[in-house]
Amino acid sequence: MKRWIAPAVLVFILLGAWELAARWHVIADALSLKPYLVPAPSDVASSLWSDRSLLASNAWVTLREVLGGLAIAIAVGFALAVSLHLSSILRRAFYPLLVASQTVPIIAIAPILVVWFGYGAGPKLAIIALVCFFPVTVNTLDGFRAVDPELPKLMRTLDASRLATLARVETPAALPYFLSGAKIAVAVAVIGAVFAEWAGSSAGLGNLILNANSTLQTDRVFAAIAVLSAIAIGLFGLLALAERRVAWWGRGERERTA
Amino acid sequence: MHTTPEAPLAEPPSLTRPDAEAAQGTVDGSARGQALEVAGVGHSFGELQAIERVDLAAREGEVVGVVGPSGCGKSTLLELIAGLREPAVGQIAVEGESDADRRLARCAYMPQRDLLLPWLRAIDNAALALRNRGVPRRAARRAAAPLFDRFGLAGFESARPSELSGGMRQRVAFLRTLLAGKPVLLLDEPFAGLDAITRAEMQEWLAGALLDGGRTAVLVTHDVEEALYLSDRVVVLSPRPARVIAELTGPAPRMTPRRDAVTSLAFVEARERALAALAGGRR
Repeated sequence: MKRWIAPAVLVFILLGAWELAARWHVIADALSLKPYLVPAPSDVASSLWSDRSLLASNAWVTLREVLGGLAIAIAVGFALAVSLHLSSILRRAFYPLLVASQTVPIIAIAPILVVWFGYGAGPKLAIIALVCFFPVTVNTLDGFRAVDPELPKLMRTLDASRLATLARVETPAALPYFLSGAKIAVAVAVIGAVFAEWAGSSAGLGNLILNANSTLQTDRVFAAIAVLSAIAIGLFGLLALAERRVAWWGRGERERTA
Repeated sequence: MHTTPEAPLAEPPSLTRPDAEAAQGTVDGSARGQALEVAGVGHSFGELQAIERVDLAAREGEVVGVVGPSGCGKSTLLELIAGLREPAVGQIAVEGESDADRRLARCAYMPQRDLLLPWLRAIDNAALALRNRGVPRRAARRAAAPLFDRFGLAGFESARPSELSGGMRQRVAFLRTLLAGKPVLLLDEPFAGLDAITRAEMQEWLAGALLDGGRTAVLVTHDVEEALYLSDRVVVLSPRPARVIAELTGPAPRMTPRRDAVTSLAFVEARERALAALAGGRR
């Protein structure tokens, strides 16, 4: 329990400082703003409560986009890692493209995707998947590469086909790496969802933020941000739990010496 | 498909290289066939010459020890025999088959480290070869279970490797090798990672296990005593690049307790000759 105390105290201090700074108009005065533009944590909290049904319905839209995009990213990212692992030709051909795909500014191409695919779920899923598959693929590939080179040899002497070695040795060995990649993907998925909704949407927390911002309802903006963070933290926590439950053997078997 | 390690082995066809056999002087013309023959094998990795020339033979059921200084190419020799690599020069035949894939089908290889899969229970690690051949999990476990009783692992079937001691892990690795159901066992420094006491215990245990199974085995080690105690015959290799510098017919004391065996006069003499050969090989 002790390890919770330090961060809890820090959060409490930061929130308290923000509360006081907002209440005494320190920030607003410094920026020469109207005080209502700088909500205190208590204002955000009351917005979280009074706007709860609005936030919940939009959070549900965003959560579905995030889960759908993540599912695509994880499936595609893992399949890509397996194919690149199995074929060195594919690896040499695809790897530079993979890296290049991450240099594309998503925020810039998001509007184009909306022009091409419309306001439906399609472009949102595509954008989220695009920002999320990369950490999954790269981490899983690292996991495959970290497999003790003696193990595939041993499997050959135990009559294993290439597929059996992949299924019984390489995939379990890479699983902790894959889950690390998925945790990173979860964190960026929420960011991707907001970009996607800003590019064109009729609902979702990103959409809510845009609308609230244009009507200067800053407390609602912060409330939506808090919910987005909670979604990301919740998904991250679920994956961390999965990591401990299904990949308890962890990384680095290779470092273990005889 | 072997589903039990006790599957009777077909009589291997005899090798048609009497000259090589004569040069070895190990074939006694008995009814038992030649299980393994390594003739004039050399191997290099790029510039690095690992094995200069090695000749080696093992009759069916014979345990041949291979001793040599660390890094002399002993592990490479086992990988060559197992069919994991093709030798640059020379011939290797396992039960008369010299094709690498056919050797692979006839050799079970026990690596230096136990290489147990941490996510599998001990029994599933032991039965890995059966699973690889498509045997359902339950049937594979049924085949492995009796060996756990026989080899002092009863009660540890569902333990994870991380819950086992070093000696037990090594036993599970040996069972995995046995359950591969192959006629020839290749053991690479099986006890290198163990402390002295566990190591002595495990040597006694392996002596019993080898007697029990009656399988042909090549045991690679840098420990002269271990080789002499466990083998019918010991081949001494020079430092890299490896060549055979001595061959000793050991006192074959596997049936006696280790402490009595290693202190017998014949054993001590054989050990001194082996050590002298190793020292001579170093020059």
